[in-house]
Amino acid sequence: MTQQTSGLIHGLYAEGEPIQDTKAPPGPVADRWNTRKFEAALVNPANRRKLSVIIVGTGLAGGAAAATLGEAGYHVKSFCYQDSPRRAHSIAAQGGINAAKNYKEDGDSVFRLFYDTVKGGDYRSRESNVYRLAEVSANIIDQCVAQGVPFAREYGGLLDNRSFGGVQVSRTFYARGQTGQQLLIGAYQALERQIAAGTVEMFSRHDMLEVIVADGRARGIIARDLVTGEIETHLADAVVLATGGYGNVFFLSTNAMGSNVTATWRAHRKGAYFGNPCYTQIHPTCIPVAGEHQSKLTLMSESLRNDGRIWVPKRAEDCDKDPRQIPEEDRDYYLERIYPSFGNLVPRDIASRAAKNVCDEGRGVGPKVGDFRRGVYLDFTDALRRMSKEAVAEKYGNLLDMYQQITGENPYEVPMRIYPAVHYTMGGLWVDYDLQSSIPGLFVAGEANFSDHGANRLGASALMQGLADGYFVLPNTIRDYLAKGPFQKLDESDESVVEAKASVDARLARLLEINGDRTVDSFHRELGNIMWEYCGMERSEEGLLKGIDLIRALRDEFWRNVRVLGAADTLNQSLERAGRVADFLELGELMCIDALHRRESCGGHFRAESQTEDGEALRHDDEFAYVAAWEWGGDNGGAPILHKEDLVYEAVEMKQRSYK
Amino acid sequence: MNLTLKIWRQAGPRAKGEVVTYPVTDISPDMSFLEMLDVLNEQLTARGEEPIAFDSDCREGICGMCGLMISGKAHGPEVTTTCQLHMRSFHDGDEITVEPWRADAFPVIKDLVVDREAFDRIIQAGGFISANTGAAPEAHSVPVPKPKADRSFMAAACIGCGACVAACPNASGMLFLGAKITHLGELPQGQPERDARVVAMVNQHDHEGFGGCTNIGECSLACPKEIPQDVINQLNQDLRRALSHGL
Repeated sequence: MTQQTSGLIHGLYAEGEPIQDTKAPPGPVADRWNTRKFEAALVNPANRRKLSVIIVGTGLAGGAAAATLGEAGYHVKSFCYQDSPRRAHSIAAQGGINAAKNYKEDGDSVFRLFYDTVKGGDYRSRESNVYRLAEVSANIIDQCVAQGVPFAREYGGLLDNRSFGGVQVSRTFYARGQTGQQLLIGAYQALERQIAAGTVEMFSRHDMLEVIVADGRARGIIARDLVTGEIETHLADAVVLATGGYGNVFFLSTNAMGSNVTATWRAHRKGAYFGNPCYTQIHPTCIPVAGEHQSKLTLMSESLRNDGRIWVPKRAEDCDKDPRQIPEEDRDYYLERIYPSFGNLVPRDIASRAAKNVCDEGRGVGPKVGDFRRGVYLDFTDALRRMSKEAVAEKYGNLLDMYQQITGENPYEVPMRIYPAVHYTMGGLWVDYDLQSSIPGLFVAGEANFSDHGANRLGASALMQGLADGYFVLPNTIRDYLAKGPFQKLDESDESVVEAKASVDARLARLLEINGDRTVDSFHRELGNIMWEYCGMERSEEGLLKGIDLIRALRDEFWRNVRVLGAADTLNQSLERAGRVADFLELGELMCIDALHRRESCGGHFRAESQTEDGEALRHDDEFAYVAAWEWGGDNGGAPILHKEDLVYEAVEMKQRSYK
Repeated sequence: MNLTLKIWRQAGPRAKGEVVTYPVTDISPDMSFLEMLDVLNEQLTARGEEPIAFDSDCREGICGMCGLMISGKAHGPEVTTTCQLHMRSFHDGDEITVEPWRADAFPVIKDLVVDREAFDRIIQAGGFISANTGAAPEAHSVPVPKPKADRSFMAAACIGCGACVAACPNASGMLFLGAKITHLGELPQGQPERDARVVAMVNQHDHEGFGGCTNIGECSLACPKEIPQDVINQLNQDLRRALSHGL
């Protein structure tokens, strides 16, 4: 553990030694990946089968990595909590995947995709990682097409593209409104092929509950078979976590109900640093909350902003009128008004905050929830006039149908209503250029790591990162680590294994013994409300301090008063959820502490105390151009320790973002 | 609205199951069917009764994890997934039966949760294109005519929920199978393995205990992604072709 260099700050955290990424080679950013691949050690094909890797999560990053490493000849064990790897939440991504193919000849290039992503992330991501992402993006499309992913095509048989928020070129490849589904099925099929070939062993309906760290290296996991309840030990030469994001800390989010932080949080408690936990992306185009029993929020693809126009009434007194009765001159197309060059296609953080602002002014539309209307119109009337109903249906039909299914309103007749919702978390476990965490042998891929999106993620780039990590980056970097293996044989009697297993058993037993008065979900909802109120779209010092107190009190009550029925040796969904909520209750506090210490506004982090005169986010590069990598403070209530990784920009100049 | 639910409870794979009646009150028409079950489970937990186990995950109609027989219909009265079925599809005072998917190849694990791994094993038998990572040709080197690409996409929209099997009186998985055969068979990339794929997948389908197709058509009517029945014709055509090639 690192020495603390100062006392407690705000009584909440301490600052430790700086940290740095030592794996990205020096030299021009465009050469770094080739250099790293060349320098990484090789493993002879005959030796690969002696090496084993555990991969937790079967989404785009985990599924692609398992398939690729299996195909390369390593022995892979793959885990997911769902009944089939095909159900990972990557499946829900709608709009598309970016790639620097320049098929439209509209000025796109690897450098431009890199530049847009760094700028879009508000200069809080790592240059070398982002450049690599842009570089391999074109290979992803080739790979997926070869697997049979049915991307949209033009009549000449070639691939079609569209554009997405925050960029001015058409570089997004898509499969109607279900691009994530189709890409995931491609990875899933590649994975099933390896399962049939015997290189990958699949463990579905398994929850990873602990990491095994022996002699300072990650060597395995403790998992619970969700059907039988059996606690299993799985050992390997390296462990990959590709377990997605933690947006469900807010309870209501666009994440799948089962998405959780347990794998990365357990790893954090074992020594893996957590990078930028407070960076949450709020997505501007979700279906607004309808009632208090709602279990999740549904995203409407951002691609709708290509043709839909966003507006609210100019006057608050018009807000309860039928929108079709409000004449053009009484409508405020506020994005087109404030940001004329990007209009409705401004990046997600800008669009989200603008929607919040007009609703806060009292110009929100739709039903009142409490005493407040949370909604703005996303109107297809112009597009229907310009393009014909058939053309709109061809492009967006399934999204519009989905909207109608959920709200009971027909978007071809009445403008849709949207409101921002928690969607993606840019924070995650800290990794170096090799995607290795601060625990040797523990690699982290996709949304579970922090590295590529900075403080805000541009649309159509999450799928790109998941597949880049899984198909192309990790298989090259983990090889360098595995070349030093196989590591000393570990058996189940090793102290590290016994301890990890005992801690899991004890935790499950404790959850079942409390037998209090409140359900797991009631705690989760309350935590979500605290997080949204104090650590959501807009944060302030006062609010965050209050949020931390509230979370601590709630966590204390949870461990005294939660009610989990049933037993541990059977399928027990309350027990599964209880363990996850317990981890969210710890993560929530760290998110607030991270948000508190970052006294600037950037990307998905709007700090009320730091704004320009016209209410735009104000960054402070002189103070905060670093990654905040948090070290676990210890089980006995120790405060978390902040390690700063300075962000150095050589290829792009840091500028205040402007989309005006 | 107030409803009477009759729900299948089964403690484990070998336990004897039974239908248990639960009244629920104050259900909003804007709730999804699964949110209504969440409310019931909160009440059961408060009373000290074990909540009802059911599968769900994305709750936006795309992951395919949820699936219930609702008053005898797969996913219920609307053509959608259970998570996207809203209570506005029911009436105050309705009695609703809720059962797990019915098929030998989908054994019950607990209450409303079934094991659908048979579908994964069918994909393992050949539901893929063998393309090693990193060796793919440039994407534009293989044009695909738009009608074929569109038909491929239509079939690829299958979410593997299993409603087709549950709806079929023979518990056949032919719609699921036909969808994959059509998705890959419409693409130039899928041709080299086309014959071998269909034979291996059909063999695995039968081995898993799914029934044969007798063209009843319930599968397609129940499919939340509206996969048309003609993917089964495609499957049969491909199978005949493969057999005529001596496979």
